[in-house]
Amino acid sequence: MRPAVVVTGISGNLGRTLAKLLHKSERIIGIDRRPFVGKPKDVEMHQLDLRKKKAEDVFRKNEISAVIHMGIMHDPRMSEEEHHSFNVVGTTRLLEYCAKHGVKKVVVLSSANVYGPSPDNSNFLTEDAPLMAASRFSGVRDLIEVDMLAHGFFWRHPDINTVILRPVHIVGPSIKNAPSNYLRLRYPWMLAGFDPIVQLIHVEDAARALVQALKPTLKGVYNVVGPGEVPLSSALRELGRTPIPVPHPLARPMLGMLFKYRLANFPPPELDHIQFLCNVDGSRWRNEVGWKPRYSMRDTIRSVIGE
Amino acid sequence: MFERLGDKVRQRLRGWTEQMAGEERKDQLQALTRTENEYGVDPFGFNLDYSLAAIAPLLWLYRNYHRVETFGIEKIPKGRVLLVANHSGQLPMDGAMIGVAMMMEAQPPRAIRSMVEKWVPTLPYISKFFARVGQIVGTPENCRRLLAAEEAILVFPEGARGITKLWPQRYQLQEFGLGFMRLALETDTPIVPIAVVGAEEQAPALVDVKPVAKLLGFPAFPLTPTGLPFPLPTKYRLYFGDPMHFTGRADDEDSELDKKVRTVKAAIQTMIHQGLKERRGIFW
Repeated sequence: MRPAVVVTGISGNLGRTLAKLLHKSERIIGIDRRPFVGKPKDVEMHQLDLRKKKAEDVFRKNEISAVIHMGIMHDPRMSEEEHHSFNVVGTTRLLEYCAKHGVKKVVVLSSANVYGPSPDNSNFLTEDAPLMAASRFSGVRDLIEVDMLAHGFFWRHPDINTVILRPVHIVGPSIKNAPSNYLRLRYPWMLAGFDPIVQLIHVEDAARALVQALKPTLKGVYNVVGPGEVPLSSALRELGRTPIPVPHPLARPMLGMLFKYRLANFPPPELDHIQFLCNVDGSRWRNEVGWKPRYSMRDTIRSVIGE
Repeated sequence: MFERLGDKVRQRLRGWTEQMAGEERKDQLQALTRTENEYGVDPFGFNLDYSLAAIAPLLWLYRNYHRVETFGIEKIPKGRVLLVANHSGQLPMDGAMIGVAMMMEAQPPRAIRSMVEKWVPTLPYISKFFARVGQIVGTPENCRRLLAAEEAILVFPEGARGITKLWPQRYQLQEFGLGFMRLALETDTPIVPIAVVGAEEQAPALVDVKPVAKLLGFPAFPLTPTGLPFPLPTKYRLYFGDPMHFTGRADDEDSELDKKVRTVKAAIQTMIHQGLKERRGIFW
């Protein structure tokens, strides 16, 4: 049988989109704890946890040409312990399997959020900017750790072409992450007097970037930018939303209460994203793979409502 | 509803700017459009429509209140340039007036950028306003990026030391930061020294109430004869010097950089003295 591409977290929205893009040209083995709804027939699926010994069997029994790792949990409702264990231990194990079983290509999905929104940020952060997200939001520590683990792996195994992708906010029709959920609110909050420029990428463009990262010789850390930048207010206007301006000193305690009583699904530190800049410079990725997103800014924004 | 009200006000203000600017200038201003996307902003958040609206009250002040006179503005070279000026007057009207001059008097008009303090992005409304009119946080990374895009950047190397100084120190240049010189050397950018005469007297500060400043998180809390640092209608004179080119290593010793910075400082000081000698009074 021909060598396979292992995709972790394949049952998520991005994973499914990627599988559909890739299954015609590559043999795919999916690993996820969740079932893969609407799985293409030629995708081999293993419903298991990366932390379990059984996950290694996939590597033992198959010849693996590449691994795309996006089995990262983001749910703010999940306990921090479970989060940390799943993301950090899961990634550590997976990278061990890759090294042990001679995988030549590893693509790890990180996020531009690891830099963290802050008033001190330059307007465009390059790949060598410090990962400061946890200094204001400890809940994202594990996401930074995953990025660092991949980084360490990159240096320790120069023979393996490791790519770390840090795409901007991924949005799409059925994506359930914080930015997509926020854009779907009828009356979203804005912090009064703040209108930061944001960057978005369509889920299909993000999946295409992951596919392009499989290019054999490519290695390194890359920010991935979609169709560009847009003021938050313009994105909301495009969707016909009625933003509610909330003074920022009040917003944090208020959202804290709402989150505690499950009336809102955004933890208060997420407010930084609608107050400060966290935009990245995607030129390295653009130049090295000739990256061009397919979706325009308008289509990317409108994708959250399924258009 | 607020949005629509905002749009209407913006259109009015923009109309006012264009009326004051005159027909010919109006077309030139339209040509200032940068690489904007379908939402009318450039990657840094600059919006021409917003800026032309925002400039209206400043342009009125420029023409009728401070009655700004410029000398040597034609010396500004094309392409990337660092405009280095003295800073004074408690409120950054000097920056605003240089900005208006570059838009209304320079040929062709230029929308300059200036580097703002890192606390600006934490201020509601002000942060948005500054971003839309093209002012961004003064990190070296931002500055490099803008110079690479051939922009004109206004720098006040005295920073808060300059703008908050008290009446007895008027027209005495404070210590200059070295950052702008490093960037000029690194990016091979010419420096145009600018002297602002008239801004010192707009709000003479007698004392700086430091505890209050600390409490409010401001760089200073000046008390003027009227209590507030409200600018008086002093006459402004803007002197633009010859472009200065520097060569050398950007990562040189501070003492080496300081020598170069001092020649810029001297150029500004000379123009300040010239301006003070030429003017007949503070208000005319």
